Amino acid sequence: MSGQFGMYPFIISSLWVTVIALLLAGPVCLLSAIHLTQYARPIVLRIMHPVIDILAGIPSVIFGVWGVLAIVPFVGDHIGPLFGKSITGYSILSGGLVLAVMIIPFILNILIEVFRTIPEELTEVTLSLGATHWMVIKHVLLRKAFPGIISAFSLGLSRAFGETIAVLMVVGNVTRIPTGALQPGYPLPALIANNYGEMLSIPRYDSALMLAALVLLVIVILFNIISRWLIFRVERNT
Amino acid sequence: MTGKAKINIEHLDLYIGKQHILKDVSTQIPEKKITVILGPSGCGKTTLLKSLNRLTDLYSNVKVSGKIFIEGEDILHTNMDITEIRKRMGLLSQRPYPLPMNIFNNVAYGLRISGRTNKIVLRKRVQHYLELVNLWDEVKDRLHDPASSLSIGQQQRLCLARGLSVDPDIILADEPTSALDPISSEVVEKKFIDLKSQYTVVVVTHSLQQARRIADYAIFMYLGEIIEQGPASEFFSDPKEELTKSYLKGLFN
Amino acid sequence: MKLGVRKAEELFFRVVMFLATTVILLALLMIIFTILHKGLAAVSWKMISQLPKGGFYFGKEGGILNAILGSIYLASGASILAILFGLPVALYINIHLHKNKRLVTAIRFMLDVMWGIPSIVYGAFGFTVMLFFGMRSSLLAGMLTVTLFIIPIMIRSIDEVMKTVPKGLLESTLSLGSTKSETAYRVYFKQCISGVTTALLLSFGRAIGDAASVLFTTGYTDNLPTSLSEPTATLPLAIFFQLSSPIAEVKERAYASAVILTVIILIISLVSRVSARKYLKHKIK
Repeated sequence: MSGQFGMYPFIISSLWVTVIALLLAGPVCLLSAIHLTQYARPIVLRIMHPVIDILAGIPSVIFGVWGVLAIVPFVGDHIGPLFGKSITGYSILSGGLVLAVMIIPFILNILIEVFRTIPEELTEVTLSLGATHWMVIKHVLLRKAFPGIISAFSLGLSRAFGETIAVLMVVGNVTRIPTGALQPGYPLPALIANNYGEMLSIPRYDSALMLAALVLLVIVILFNIISRWLIFRVERNT
Repeated sequence: MTGKAKINIEHLDLYIGKQHILKDVSTQIPEKKITVILGPSGCGKTTLLKSLNRLTDLYSNVKVSGKIFIEGEDILHTNMDITEIRKRMGLLSQRPYPLPMNIFNNVAYGLRISGRTNKIVLRKRVQHYLELVNLWDEVKDRLHDPASSLSIGQQQRLCLARGLSVDPDIILADEPTSALDPISSEVVEKKFIDLKSQYTVVVVTHSLQQARRIADYAIFMYLGEIIEQGPASEFFSDPKEELTKSYLKGLFN
Repeated sequence: MKLGVRKAEELFFRVVMFLATTVILLALLMIIFTILHKGLAAVSWKMISQLPKGGFYFGKEGGILNAILGSIYLASGASILAILFGLPVALYINIHLHKNKRLVTAIRFMLDVMWGIPSIVYGAFGFTVMLFFGMRSSLLAGMLTVTLFIIPIMIRSIDEVMKTVPKGLLESTLSLGSTKSETAYRVYFKQCISGVTTALLLSFGRAIGDAASVLFTTGYTDNLPTSLSEPTATLPLAIFFQLSSPIAEVKERAYASAVILTVIILIISLVSRVSARKYLKHKIK
């Protein structure tokens, strides 16, 4: 390590991983939340409630193990060759995939809550105009839920941004600005976690890492405040 | 009964889970009259109303038996598309629920989804229905504001205009004035009386005074059963059942 | 025709939505299957009753008793500390502050934001404080950091249940002439007991499963923890460190640890479900 501690590559890596995770988890959560609140029979809800709870409770390191055992080989053996690349699988994409599964229960729970707070009468009156159930969802419920959806996604984003161990285990940890999802990356939390040992021996290293932690904290808190404020406003208006 | 029956309900039973909500309900709702369904809360009157356009389909664990004929078509056992049935009935709920759109689109939405998309026609129709509920003058300069910016009374009239826009011949109203101030309530009540020359109106209410003011035909329900029904004049002046008498005296609510 | 298109669109989305839900279910099953498939063979009495021999990273013999016990100590300690602090706070918010809506909203908002702060930040914070006081990584340091990390979870989970208890209940008990607030608390608390149990289990689950907050603060050792000032092994770090070992036998220990941690989490989830159902019967709605 030289005396330079540029944080740019790490922030870029974090963004890559987080955005991929949200792109994967967001649509799945939205579709599933609509399914569970609008169409699913009670039995499906009875199955899915514990599923969501357990998924939310699984420790990050277990997701990491799963990532190493299942996702990394999958990306290395199948996704890489698909693009004509020979890679190990330890990549931004693997990090994004694992992270996506981790934030699914988190986002889904908020979305279910968002759809539940919309009064049923709104559905009833729209149906009475001759709309099909799907039209009610498309034209009315999604519109009504829109601020809630945005905040659910941004809370998921901030959760993903701070996730450490699971991502660290599958993302490769190479200090380089990534330009593609199949390359390894080195997100901010992983940087902090991997280097705590050196903090005591290298001068000024600890303050650099603490700065990294601070950056992480500020970004996450900012996201949280904005999205929770949005949710708060939506709840007050209904 | 005088006049032609628009809706004919025969032996309607409805269960939600194990709860017996409607018990062997049979009645005839006259065309182009105001029929009022009365009863204490929890007596099944709202459920009866919602059965008429099959909004009860939304409940989980619901079981319905019996027949509901609307102009001879049994809507519980029909091959007709359910949306077509619902379109024939405008629904007005307890509180106004404007769609999350602007004022204009709240009325235009129903027209659009039934295929009327010509801009000039839409505008004319929207104006027509807003005038019909005496709202046009109040909103004509702010048609593109969100509907939620209107007062509650205005919102309820907007919802009535929206309900009328799809050209129904029946209006279903579920305690339509319970959330409104007295002045808006009066406007809505007057509108019902105006509308009955063209529409069959079914109003659920727990306000006796309101029922006396607007009803042509009255149905009294208690614990899921119809206790008594008849033309309003007889119903209010000469009730036959003890239960009805004490309800009309205001002994329970 | 138009109707046909509409129907087809709805059908298409219903299928896609159903698939999305299925994907979530499958993801969970895949994770559990992967962990059990790889790890069950490695779990043996020797594994859970012995310490690693010859170093956790290189030694081919021994088990993970150090991590199991360490994790249980750490999570129990942190959960107890967190409930000792969290329960009074939750009670205070709901009983004494509930008329001051703005303040309560602000407190809840703050706690929610704290809940959202990544555990690595708590870890880094704990580490800084530790250095400041000249402490080594130890069971105590880890416990305190984890406590800090689960307190928002604890308070908000209890709070969410207390919120649903009708406020009239407490007021009517107080006005019954039982001027002793003790009675009121007892009645109130009885209503919330399932919530408190769930909160405790949830927090314990977080505490035992989190790696990033203990990474800096608890350290790692092959020995059993004998005092609060010693470094202590934990299950998440046992998995994290040993999985990266080149030696197959050491990796086995990581897989076994993963199985044990997963089973603990599953049991916690099951117990909290059962307790929620059991107490729901007594709850006044």
